[in-house]
Amino acid sequence: MKALEGMRFKRTSSPMHRLDPRVKFVVSCAVFLLGIMFTELLPLIVLLTSQLFLVYFARVHKEWLQSLRGSLVLVAVIFLTNLIVGYASAGFRLTSNVLTYSVSMALRFVTLVASFSVFFLTTSPDDLGLALERSHFPYEFSFAFTTAVRFVPVLADEAQTIIDAQRSRGLEVEKGSFVKRIRNYLPILIPLIVNAIRRSLELAEAMESRAFGAKKHRTNLFVLKIKAADYIALAVVLVVLAVSIYIRLYVHIPVIAIPTF
Amino acid sequence: MIRTENVYFTYPSGVTALQGVSVEIEDGEFVAIMGENGAGKTTLVKHFNGLLKPERGEVFVDGRNTKESSVAELSRDVGLVFQNADHQLFCETVEEEVSFGLRNFGFGDKVVRKRVDWALELLDLRRYQKRSPFMLSGGERKRVALASVLAWNPKVVVLDEPTTGQDHGQKERLSQFVRQLNAQGRTVILVTHDIEFVAECGPRVILMSRGRIIADGPAKEILTNSKLVTEASLIVPQITQLFIMLGDLGLPGDVIDIYEAKRLINDFVGG
Repeated sequence: MKALEGMRFKRTSSPMHRLDPRVKFVVSCAVFLLGIMFTELLPLIVLLTSQLFLVYFARVHKEWLQSLRGSLVLVAVIFLTNLIVGYASAGFRLTSNVLTYSVSMALRFVTLVASFSVFFLTTSPDDLGLALERSHFPYEFSFAFTTAVRFVPVLADEAQTIIDAQRSRGLEVEKGSFVKRIRNYLPILIPLIVNAIRRSLELAEAMESRAFGAKKHRTNLFVLKIKAADYIALAVVLVVLAVSIYIRLYVHIPVIAIPTF
Repeated sequence: MIRTENVYFTYPSGVTALQGVSVEIEDGEFVAIMGENGAGKTTLVKHFNGLLKPERGEVFVDGRNTKESSVAELSRDVGLVFQNADHQLFCETVEEEVSFGLRNFGFGDKVVRKRVDWALELLDLRRYQKRSPFMLSGGERKRVALASVLAWNPKVVVLDEPTTGQDHGQKERLSQFVRQLNAQGRTVILVTHDIEFVAECGPRVILMSRGRIIADGPAKEILTNSKLVTEASLIVPQITQLFIMLGDLGLPGDVIDIYEAKRLINDFVGG
């Protein structure tokens, strides 16, 4: 859950927030690609460091660290899996290669999580919807997407109220055997789901009464416009990507080896 | 007896809901906690059964510090009925819904049977016994929620906004019902901003505003004080407004009861 918390939009202002969502998406995809492209430790460290700058630039470091903390378990799983498999295939010896590779893989995962964390932290659901629409996704699709994002906090609040109401009737979720504990969640889940369905029907009615889908082409109050800063960001990203591909293909990457003891 | 000592509470979102609330509610009292939206009424009553623990200060229920007791233990004595019944109904039948709390508190089958029958009878729900609570109307669902708490016979009953979404007839019956509960010796605590409803019941009124208690006393005294009432974003009962307007005729301004009003007018006209 903590990992998801770090994916939730934070309404502040920074140059990163003001970037066009489509450009931001390209930036995140580029970082993602770079992460996939390299398995060596050095470029991954460089990549992660540059991410740190980006996060700081966007002033979302607190939330970003939270998402990182949330994904720590997965990072550990990736590290250990690589380590164990490498250890076994190297004839049950812990070589420097295996250790370095495992660390790189863990680092790579962190980079991938971080790239999209920055995107979601700095892009408001509204902007996201607009970007989807402008990218020729059907409006129904982008509306459903933004609505889903928009209702997450509402649902979380409601879940808390339901938990309070059932605890007031003597429900103790953490009590009993494993099966009993799972059953304990029914009094919370049923009202939550029933209310969600009820709300979705109400929402549909409210949408209908405001003429949802009456016209094929909608106009928007806010229109996304690519600005100078967006072109610059895009250019920088493309250059970095091109240089990285060149390095990948033609340059020997110095090896950083983690010594084993 | 419920006693809070200088209670402060801040939600994780940073909203400070209570700022030094000290109050004492004796056994068998009839209390209405009133105030504007966000005054801290619901936050306060959630401290009474331990759902929320004070950040600073203490809450005692019959001498037990709520910090040292579980919600289940405290709820046995302090029954909290939430505002929206849809936040708690989940069973297949009304009957099961009402027995949910009883089973949680570990009552035996025979007692559960008896208590469920009693609660259904009390709230006039007998004919819906085998129906799904989801198929009932809003007012009936609210009654099922109330029955499901009254079933285990808590010493203190807290009703959060019991009148929202109720029509006049239902309100009338509810008012009779809560007075009856109180007459049987239970402590009844209402959380509401329905001033006409409170005026009709005439309990002790605790007025809250912005996380503090700004007044505490008999309904007749508090609800007729327009300055206090306005401070809590409420408006004095209509009958009081009328009597305040008729002040130059020498009629008293502190009337909240319609029958008293009728007597006063009769005397005035007749005499």
